[in-house]
Amino acid sequence: MKVKFKILVSVLLAIAVIAAFWILIRNNSFDVLQPAGTIGDQQRDLIIFASALSAIIVIPVFAMTFWIVWKYRVGHKKPGAYRPEWSKSRLAETIWWGIPIILIGILGVIIWTSSHTLDPYRKLDSEETPLRVQVIALEWKWLFIYPEQNVASVNFLQIPVGRPINFEITSDAPMNSFWIPKLGGQVYAMNGMTTKLHLQAHTPGDYTGKTANISGEGYSGMTFTTRAGSEADFSSWVKGAQQNGQELTMTGYNKLAEPSKNVAPILYSSRPESLYDTVVMKYMMPGHETTHEHAKDAAEGDHHE
Amino acid sequence: MNTQEVAKVNNKYQLGFWVYLMTDCLLFGSLFATYAVLRGATYGGPTEADIFEMPFVLAETLILLTSTFVCGLGLVAAKAGKQTWTIILFGLTMLLGIAFLAMELSEFSKLIGEGFSWQRSAFLSAFFVLVGTHGAHILAGLIWVVVMLVRVTQRGLTPNNLRRLSLFALFWHFLDVIWIFIFTVVYLMGVAK
Amino acid sequence: MLGQLTLEAFQKGLIEMGAQIGLVVGGLVVVGLLFYFKKWKWLWKTWITSLDPKKIGIMYLILAAFMLLRGLADVLMMRAQQAMSSGDATGILSSDHFQQVFSAHGTIMIFFVAMGVIFALFNLIVPSQIGARDVAFPFMNSVSFWLFFVGVALINLPLIVGEFSAAGWLAYPPLSGLEYSPGVGVDYWIWALQIAGIGSLLSGINFLVTIFKMRAPGMRMMKMPIFVWSVLGSVSLIIFAFPILTATLGMLSLDRLIGTHFFTSDFGGNPMMYVNLIWAWGHPEVYILILPAFGIFSEIVATFSGKRLFGYKSMVAAILAITFLSFTVWLHHFFTMGAGANVNAFFGIMTAVIAVPTGVKVFNWLFTMYRGRVRLTTPMLWFLGFVVTFTLGGVAGVLMSVPAIDFQVHNTLFLVAHFHTMIIGGVLFGFFAGLTYWFPKFAGFRLNERLGRYAFWCWLIGFLTAFVPLYALGLMGAVRRMDHYSSELGWQQLFIVAGVGVAIICLGVFFQLLQLVVSIIQRKKNMVGADPWDGRTLEWAMSTPPKEYNFAVLPTVTERDAFWEMKQKKQLPSRNYEDVHVPKNSGIGVMVGMSALAAGFGIIWHIWWLALIGFIAVLVLLIVRLTSDDTERVIPRAEVERLENMKAGAA
Repeated sequence: MKVKFKILVSVLLAIAVIAAFWILIRNNSFDVLQPAGTIGDQQRDLIIFASALSAIIVIPVFAMTFWIVWKYRVGHKKPGAYRPEWSKSRLAETIWWGIPIILIGILGVIIWTSSHTLDPYRKLDSEETPLRVQVIALEWKWLFIYPEQNVASVNFLQIPVGRPINFEITSDAPMNSFWIPKLGGQVYAMNGMTTKLHLQAHTPGDYTGKTANISGEGYSGMTFTTRAGSEADFSSWVKGAQQNGQELTMTGYNKLAEPSKNVAPILYSSRPESLYDTVVMKYMMPGHETTHEHAKDAAEGDHHE
Repeated sequence: MNTQEVAKVNNKYQLGFWVYLMTDCLLFGSLFATYAVLRGATYGGPTEADIFEMPFVLAETLILLTSTFVCGLGLVAAKAGKQTWTIILFGLTMLLGIAFLAMELSEFSKLIGEGFSWQRSAFLSAFFVLVGTHGAHILAGLIWVVVMLVRVTQRGLTPNNLRRLSLFALFWHFLDVIWIFIFTVVYLMGVAK
Repeated sequence: MLGQLTLEAFQKGLIEMGAQIGLVVGGLVVVGLLFYFKKWKWLWKTWITSLDPKKIGIMYLILAAFMLLRGLADVLMMRAQQAMSSGDATGILSSDHFQQVFSAHGTIMIFFVAMGVIFALFNLIVPSQIGARDVAFPFMNSVSFWLFFVGVALINLPLIVGEFSAAGWLAYPPLSGLEYSPGVGVDYWIWALQIAGIGSLLSGINFLVTIFKMRAPGMRMMKMPIFVWSVLGSVSLIIFAFPILTATLGMLSLDRLIGTHFFTSDFGGNPMMYVNLIWAWGHPEVYILILPAFGIFSEIVATFSGKRLFGYKSMVAAILAITFLSFTVWLHHFFTMGAGANVNAFFGIMTAVIAVPTGVKVFNWLFTMYRGRVRLTTPMLWFLGFVVTFTLGGVAGVLMSVPAIDFQVHNTLFLVAHFHTMIIGGVLFGFFAGLTYWFPKFAGFRLNERLGRYAFWCWLIGFLTAFVPLYALGLMGAVRRMDHYSSELGWQQLFIVAGVGVAIICLGVFFQLLQLVVSIIQRKKNMVGADPWDGRTLEWAMSTPPKEYNFAVLPTVTERDAFWEMKQKKQLPSRNYEDVHVPKNSGIGVMVGMSALAAGFGIIWHIWWLALIGFIAVLVLLIVRLTSDDTERVIPRAEVERLENMKAGAA
C-alpha cells in the first residue's frame, strides 16, 4: 500500500512539474519548430517524423521496464515466476533485432532522400529569381554584400519574402557557422573557401541570426537581424542604403575586419566589386586553385569536400 | 623461470608489442592521410617533383633494407647463442641505421638551406613531419640497439635479452615497412606526376 | 632562462584568484598533513610505488573524484553566468573567462573524470574477473597512471599560472592556432591531453594483452564475464583511436611551436583536416566511455535479478558491432561543414545503424529482469535511471543522425543536452552503479543504502531539471557556449531552472560524499564477507579485502558465471598453495611522471632546457627499468598459507 501511495504521489508530482514547465515555455518562440522559411518547414517535418518513429520503440521500452520491475521485484506479494537459468529466446531476439532494423531501414531511406533534397548547396525549386547574398564572417560581426545591388550591410539582412536567397559564405575570422533558425539550417563559414546555403522566407518578420561555432571573445554578441519583407520593402531598403550608407572601401573593410563586439547595424552604399573574392583569395596563393572545388550540375549547386 | 614460463612471458610481450606496432601504424596512418590531403598545398612554393632526388632516396632505401636484413641475421645468431656474431651483426645494423639517418638529415638541411623548410607551405610541413616522424622512430631504434649491445656485452644472451632483441628486430622491420610506404606514397608518387 | 614564464603569468582576476589561492593552500595543507602525521614513507611504499592494479585503481578513482569536483565547480560558474547574463546584465564572468571555464569543463569531464573512472574500474575489476593476479605489464600500468597524473596536474596548473584554452574542449583551428590564441592556454590543453593520452594508449595495450593472455585456465572467450567483453571493446577502441589523437595534437603543437602549416588558414593549411582527425578519435572516445558502463549494467542486472544475463551471445555481438561501427560515424559531428549530400547521408545512415546494437542491449537487460527476482538496491536504481534518461537522449541522437535535422540543432543547447544525457545518464550512472556494487569487495563493508538512494534521486531529478530546459532552449534557437543573450527572448527563466537542476545535482554529490563518510564511520555495523550480493563472477571469490595476489590458487573455470557455478557445485577453493610471484614496487613510474611533467611544462612555457631535461630523464628512466632483470619478488608458500588462514572470520 505504501509503495502504491509513493508511486501515485510521484506520478502526480511529475504531472505538476510537466504542467509548470509547459506554463514556463508556452510563450517562447520555438524557432526550430515554428519556422518562417520553406527549408525550416521541411526540417521541422522531419523532426516530427523521426520522433514518431522513435516513439514506436521508446514507449514499449518504458512500459516494459516499469511493468517488469513492478512484477518481478522482491517485495511484490505475488511476483512473477522465477526462472534463474532462462536466458535464451530466439523469438525474442528476432523481434528486438528485427523491428529496430526495420525502423532504422526506414530512417535510412529518409536520411538518404532528405540529405539530398535539403542539401544546403541545392538551389531551391522556385520560379522566382533568386537573390544573391555574399556573407563574410568577421571578428565578431557579419558583413552582408548584395553583389547585384552593389550595397552592403553589417549585422542586418533585408530579404524579400517568397524569393530564394542564394548565400555564398566565407570567413575572415576563425571558423563560424551561419545560422538563421527561423528560416532553416546552418552551414560553416571558413577561411579561404566558399560554402553555400539556400533559404526562402514565407512569412514576413524579424528573425535573429547568429553564429553557432565558437570564434573568440566576441562570439556571443555576433548576432544579426534578418528582416523578411515585401519586394517593395526590399527595394526601398536598397535605395536607403544607396542614399544614406557610407562607401565601403578596401581600407574601410580592413578597419571593419578588426576585432569589435556587439556591433550595431551599418549600411554601405557600395563596396569594391571584388571584395568577396579578395577575402576568399587572400588565404590562398594568388592564382592558386583550390583542389577541392568542382562544378556540378545546376540543380545541385557545387560542393567542396 | 622454466621454459614454459619463459614462453608464456615472451608470448605476452610479443602480443603487446604487435599491438603497440598497430597503434604506431595508426599514428603513421594519420600522418599519411594528412600528407595525402596536403601534398598539393604548395602555396606557390616547391612541389614534390621540385625537391625529391630519386637516386639519393633509392640509396637511403637500400641502406635501410640492408640494415633490416643484417638485423634479421643478427637475431638468428642470437637465437643460436652466438654472442660475438650477435654483437657484430646488430652493430652493423646500427651503423647502417646511422648512415640512413645521416642521409635523411642531409636531405633536410639542404632543403632548409634553400628556404624550403616546414614553414614554407602545408605540403612541406606534411613532408617534414611524416618523414621526420619516421626518422625519430629510427633514432629511438638506434638508442635501443646501442643499449642492447651494452646489455648483451654485460650479461650475455639471457632469455630477457633474447626477448628484447627479438622485439627490437620486430620494431626495425616495422620501420622498414613504413619506409617502403613513404618511399612509394611520398617519393615515387610525388615525382610521377 | 624561463622562456615565456614571467611574474605576470601569476596575476589573476578576482574569481580566478580564489581558485589559485585555494589550490595552492589546499596542496600545502595536504603536504603539511603528510609531514605532520609522518605518512610520507607509508604513502611512498604502499601507494605511490605500488604496481598492484588494485592500488593503482584506487589512485585513479581519487584523482577522478577530485576532478569531478573541479568540473562541477566549472558547471556552477557556467550556470550562474547564463542564468544572470541576460539583457543589460553581464553576469559574473568576462567572456574570455567564461570561455576558459567551459573549455576546462569539457576537457576535465571527458579526459580526467570519465577516463579516470574507467581506468580505475579496469584496474580494480578486470584481473580478478578473469581469474588472474595482475595485468600483463604491471610497470607499464604504473607509468600509465603517472602520465594520467601529469595530465591532471597540467590541467590544473592554469589556475595558478598562466591561462587555459578558450577554444572549447576540442580546440578547433584556426581559433586554436597561434594567430587567434597566442597565449599558453591552448598549449596547456595540448600537452595535458598528449601526455595523458599516451598513458591511456599504454593502458589500452596493457588490458588487451591481459584479457587475451592472462585468463584463468578454462576461461574461453565465450565464458568471460560480459564486463570483460565490454572492456575488450573499449580497449580495442583506445588502441585504434588514441594514436589519431596523438598525431593530431602533435600536428597542432607543431603549428604553434615551429611554424608548420597543417591547420593554419593560409600557406595551404587545412583546418577541416583537423576537424576530421579529431573526430575520428573523438567519436570512438565516447564509445570507449560507454561500453564499460554497459558492461557494468550487465553484471549488475544479472546479479540483482538472481538470474543469468539474457542473450549473452547477442550481447557480445552487440558489443563487437558497436566497437566496429563506432569508427564509421565520425562525420556526424560536422554535418554542417559542407561535405555534400552523399557523404552526409552515408555517415547519417551509419549513425542510425549504430543505434540498433545499442538498443538491443536494453531489451536484453529487461529480459534479464523478466522472470528474475529483482532486488531494487542502489545499483539497480542507477540502472533504471539510466534506462529512462539514456533512452530519451538516444532519441535526440536518432533525430540528429538525420543531417537535415542536424542543420537546425547542431551546436545548440539541444546538442549539449543530448551528449550530457548520454554521458551522465549512461556513463556516470553506470560508474555510480559499479562503484556502489563493487565497493564492499574492496572495503569490507557496504555503503549506506539510504544515503545512496537520496543521492540517486537528487542526481536523477537534478539531471532532468538541468537538461530538459536545455533541450527546449536548443529548439528555440539557443546556441551553445553563450555568455550573454538578449532579454527579449524569454530564455532567462529556463536558464534559472537549469541552474536549480545543477544545484540539486550538487546536493546529490553532497549525499555521495556524506554516504562515504557515514559508511566509513559506521563500518563496523555493516561488515560483509567476500560475497555480499550473491555474485556470479570471480572477483567475488577473492577474499575481502583482496590479498595482493588476488587468488592463492588461480581458479580453473568450466562455465560462464564461474563463481556462480562454483557455488552451485559447492566447490571449495583449492588449498594447493605454491610460491606466488608479484611485481616489486618501483619508483620509476612516478619519476617518469614527474619528468614528463617537467617536459610538458617546459614546452608550454618555452623553457627549452627544462623540456630537454625532462624528456631525457624519461628516456633514461625507461632504459634503466626496461633492461632491468630484477623486477619481481616472491611470496613464499608458507606466507601464502598464513595469509589465507588469517581470513577465518569472514563469511
